[in-house]
Amino acid sequence: MGGMALPQVAPIESPEIEEAPADDRPWVTIVWDDPVNLMSYVTWVFQKIFGYSKEKAEALMLDVHNKGRAVVSSGARERMEMDANQLHGYGLWATVDRD
Amino acid sequence: MFRRNGSTCVATFAVDEVRVLRKVAGEVVGLLTDGMDHTDPVVSRLFPDIYPDRPDDSEEFRLYTEGDLKTGKIDQAGAILAALPDEGEGEVRLDGEAAEAWLRAINDARLAMGTRLDIQADTDLGAELDDAVLHDPGSSRVFQLSVYAYLGYLQESLLNALPEIE
Repeated sequence: MGGMALPQVAPIESPEIEEAPADDRPWVTIVWDDPVNLMSYVTWVFQKIFGYSKEKAEALMLDVHNKGRAVVSSGARERMEMDANQLHGYGLWATVDRD
Repeated sequence: MFRRNGSTCVATFAVDEVRVLRKVAGEVVGLLTDGMDHTDPVVSRLFPDIYPDRPDDSEEFRLYTEGDLKTGKIDQAGAILAALPDEGEGEVRLDGEAAEAWLRAINDARLAMGTRLDIQADTDLGAELDDAVLHDPGSSRVFQLSVYAYLGYLQESLLNALPEIE
């Protein structure tokens, strides 16, 4: 850079300013309802993969069933990708997103 | 159907059941080994996009993970074939690890069949089967629906026969 002083430019206000704190939002793994998987199987998978109690696993399964989707884990992006990948191994329909 | 016997899950299968289970497990293996077609709805259901709104990220993730996922699914279908009697009727005895592989493999087979049969949340399997029988009792749809229903009962019986987790 030369020695010439650049004119001071007022910072342009970003229209995406709401995206700034977005980096703090955790990532989540979402399981979606599907018409094939048995309710008892989905409960078992949640217990197996996440070590959740039967009660917690059942409540999550019912959330998936009744609301069409449920957040089953949250945290770092790489962890969520691992969770979703594991769920795919068990045949559950899982995706990763920002909370 | 499976029942608990000590630390194992046990089932006695008739000739027809052995034949059907070999067929469905073999079909899953075939689907996964014959160069998968990602436009096939069954393949998209078994290997869902991890980021539905970001195809590039999904593709990149798939690149790193799909091989192992596929191998796992082939292995679990193989666990069914390995435990079944070679021919004729027979008893199947599964330890914890084999039972888990069976559960996952039965689920893959149900997902594949359910997708092909267009099973929806409000599908009444009994009514579907009655309709199909009325239409043509010897049709492939009657067979597919019966097998799909059978696999559901079998999977449920295996879940009930498993020791409680923890």
